[in-house]
Amino acid sequence: MAARIQVAREARRGDLIEVRIVIQHPMETGFRYDSLGRQTPRNVIHRFECRYAGAEVFRASMGAGIAANPYLRFFVRAEQSGEVECRWVDQENASGYASARVTVNG
Amino acid sequence: MDRVTARGARRRALAALVALFALPWRAFAQPSLNPAPGIDARTINTPQGALQSILKGAAMRRGRVRLDLPSAAENGHSVPMIVRVDSPMSEADYVRRIDLVSEKNPVPLMATFFLGPHMGRAEVESRVRLNGTQRVTALAQLSDGSFWFDSVDIVVNESACLDGG
Repeated sequence: MAARIQVAREARRGDLIEVRIVIQHPMETGFRYDSLGRQTPRNVIHRFECRYAGAEVFRASMGAGIAANPYLRFFVRAEQSGEVECRWVDQENASGYASARVTVNG
Repeated sequence: MDRVTARGARRRALAALVALFALPWRAFAQPSLNPAPGIDARTINTPQGALQSILKGAAMRRGRVRLDLPSAAENGHSVPMIVRVDSPMSEADYVRRIDLVSEKNPVPLMATFFLGPHMGRAEVESRVRLNGTQRVTALAQLSDGSFWFDSVDIVVNESACLDGG
């Protein structure tokens, strides 16, 4: 699963770091039918989590109410240099990972 | 059938009826065919059910939460959404979770965000699917356990579920 994560590379201690991520995923609702009339099974990224410097900071439990190619923007407070790591999994157990390094000064 | 038996039958029927109401309403909620793991399937029937399963009897008050949605959307496939909660996001006082509940989607609970004091700011942006003109509610639970909400009405010209987007 392709994804793009955008995080500021540097931050001052105590500042807010904005994390933006887009994941390419159809977020199948399970309410769609193909041309043969078969129902397309629901398959959404139902679990997303973000860790910063090893600790979990944000988690999302998503359903079909989140649009295709899910986009998330949230903040973390700069405390120490480390990786901002995002992991997610869909209902077919396909998982993804994206990370960005943040250097914290001061 | 004599009178006594008829009364006995009615008594049993009444007892069964009372027992029915004594059961939690959740026992009758239809589970979804293919619910998202991690999202309680029993909460999916109605927006009220979804809210009640989160509140568990607690009260919710309007305020502290601000849900930003456009007042109108051409279609419901991807509607920009920002939810903010007025919170210092400190170890002592932070937002624990934010739930987004749709009034008309087949699955009312659209997403749950779990936040923590390390975020620094209680703000999450995403894009939601909306099945038609409706009211959307954002419900936040703070670290002290209290619930706050904001509701926004949005006009959706073309629902997300019509052509399967």
